[in-house]
Amino acid sequence: MNLHEYQAKQLFADYGIAAPRGEVADSPKAAKAAAGRVPGSRWVVKAQVHAGGRGKAGGVKLVDSPDAVAAAAEAMLGTRLVTYQTTAEGQPVNSVLVEEVSQIARELYLGAVVDRASQRVVFMASTEGGVEIEKVAAETPEKILTTAVDPIVGLQPYQCRQIAFGLGLSGDQIKQFTTLMTGLSRMFVECDLALLEVNPLVVTGDGRLVCLDGKINIDDNALYRLPRLAAMRDASQEDEKENRAREHDISYVALDGNIGCMVNGAGLAMATMDIIKLHGGNPANFLDVGGTATAARVTEAFKIILADQNVKGVLVNIFGGIVRCDLIADGIIAAVKDVGVKVPVVVRLAGNNAELGSRKLTDSGLNIIPADGLTDAAQKVVKAVESVA
Amino acid sequence: MSVLVDKNTKVICQGFTGKQGTFHSEQAIAYGTRMVGGVTPGKGGSEHLGLPVFDTVRDAVRQTQADASVIYVPAAFCKDSILEAVDAGVPLIVCITEGVPTLDMLEVKMVVDRSGSRLIGPNCPGIITPGACKIGIMPGDIHLPGKVGIVSRSGTLTYEAVAQTTAIGAGQSTCIGIGGDPIPGTSFIDALRLFKDDPQTECIVMVGEIGGSAEEEAAEYIASEIKKPVVGFIAGATAPAGKRMGHAGAIIAGGKGTAEDKFRAMEKAGVHIARSPADLGVMVKKALRM
Repeated sequence: MNLHEYQAKQLFADYGIAAPRGEVADSPKAAKAAAGRVPGSRWVVKAQVHAGGRGKAGGVKLVDSPDAVAAAAEAMLGTRLVTYQTTAEGQPVNSVLVEEVSQIARELYLGAVVDRASQRVVFMASTEGGVEIEKVAAETPEKILTTAVDPIVGLQPYQCRQIAFGLGLSGDQIKQFTTLMTGLSRMFVECDLALLEVNPLVVTGDGRLVCLDGKINIDDNALYRLPRLAAMRDASQEDEKENRAREHDISYVALDGNIGCMVNGAGLAMATMDIIKLHGGNPANFLDVGGTATAARVTEAFKIILADQNVKGVLVNIFGGIVRCDLIADGIIAAVKDVGVKVPVVVRLAGNNAELGSRKLTDSGLNIIPADGLTDAAQKVVKAVESVA
Repeated sequence: MSVLVDKNTKVICQGFTGKQGTFHSEQAIAYGTRMVGGVTPGKGGSEHLGLPVFDTVRDAVRQTQADASVIYVPAAFCKDSILEAVDAGVPLIVCITEGVPTLDMLEVKMVVDRSGSRLIGPNCPGIITPGACKIGIMPGDIHLPGKVGIVSRSGTLTYEAVAQTTAIGAGQSTCIGIGGDPIPGTSFIDALRLFKDDPQTECIVMVGEIGGSAEEEAAEYIASEIKKPVVGFIAGATAPAGKRMGHAGAIIAGGKGTAEDKFRAMEKAGVHIARSPADLGVMVKKALRM
């Protein structure tokens, strides 16, 4: 789950990590009032969306009067911001952050992730702040400093000092950096983060270290023990269909093809998309109905798939392990009748009671094409979609 | 021979009296697995499925001399359950549960690595030596005792590999589902090392997924250490970057971990590549010159 910048900065404050003073607002009026409370005579108004690249997309405005704060908020609120990280539709702007202006002497990068290879939380830092870190990593890997955190003893001050000196910091900044990085590390563990980015981490004109931006991604699997953070979820920033699917324990990702896919198991679901592509088709989605694909879930999955107007055919691929394929067939038949499926549906059942299941589908009299094996299923659905188009 | 489990492996179940634990223990017993008991705190001394129930894993191990424990407890309790099994000295711990927080696994993995225990999973179908011992949620009847060792990050896609190797008559020595999480207890390399030393295993099928670099590391290991033929497939060639495909581990981040990268690494290591998930059986046949 992603947090907004203003939520990340609230967390920073909880951990004693320096960030510019600011307030979040959801109307121009509230933004103007916020400017009255945020110190200074100039302010930054920042659109709050779950995407980077806001500056270039017009989502960050520097203004010098409370009325200009209101005007900037007015121009952003209610619109959709399109950046290089969003889809063409962009992300809705429902709130803005009104912040004091920082005098920037240097822009640094500081981030942390769970690194699978070393099986540690790894911090990464670079003197090249403010730009895409992937680019720095690819073109000048020597400019990325890293240090891994031992899960038992936690981040040690010497690790912070190593990074701080590597970033060219000196004097009191070393101490500031150690406090900041230690706080971030504690936050990473206590808040079950999957990713943390401060880009840029700035050195101000008067030598202070301040987190100018904050990007936080929380491990979804840990949300059950983080009720305060779970309540920060902003569903408006997420795909509506993916959210609806999640409520039914279905994992769904929309793609841009025209063949809807319903599969049990994430790996098999990806493999099904791959084999459709191999046979000249284009998958419209990734969909994993889960290990216990009940009739009710199959129905819900059909609804989610068919809500996508581009879908011209559906491929159902179920490898019945513990679940019986004849029961899945009943579910498919009920769903096709119930939902009123108009497009061709190709069904491949394998495993437990697969033959009985296939016979039920054939005898149903519905527009269901049984397939024998993965390749046959892919070829049949690609052909069926071509004949519709 | 086979790897890790055989007909003599004595298995206990943590979360034994729960819905999942009960159902899958019944299935395991029906398959012929030597289930010797289970653990549910507070229900020690009672009997379930005709087997003794214990309060602690220590009690269960002392009474049954169990070689393996399978865990079906909810995700929030997996860290505790795995560590309890490690503390009791269970040699093989198989955690089926999905949704375990990644940071829990970071700590668990450290403790497991320092212990004498091996962990498989979490978020995996389990391990099976066909005809001898089934620990996990895989359907037993698609398997056939034989000569292909299968290691996979996914569940149902493993079944696909199993069904295809059964269909060509090659069968399986042992199948290990290592799970789709970012920090798995057993890695591809761990499983490959086991298959390398197992005389029953003549060919290895490795089924990977997008995300991370475990497949690339495995490919390097294959190139230097494995003389047996290896057949490989990577799921997720059509998956877009930045979108998590169901498994917590299956996400292409920062342009790394794509299917193409992994296919290329495997090809370079001399792995027989199946570009289609339907071709795993065909490739095994070719690799074994059957």
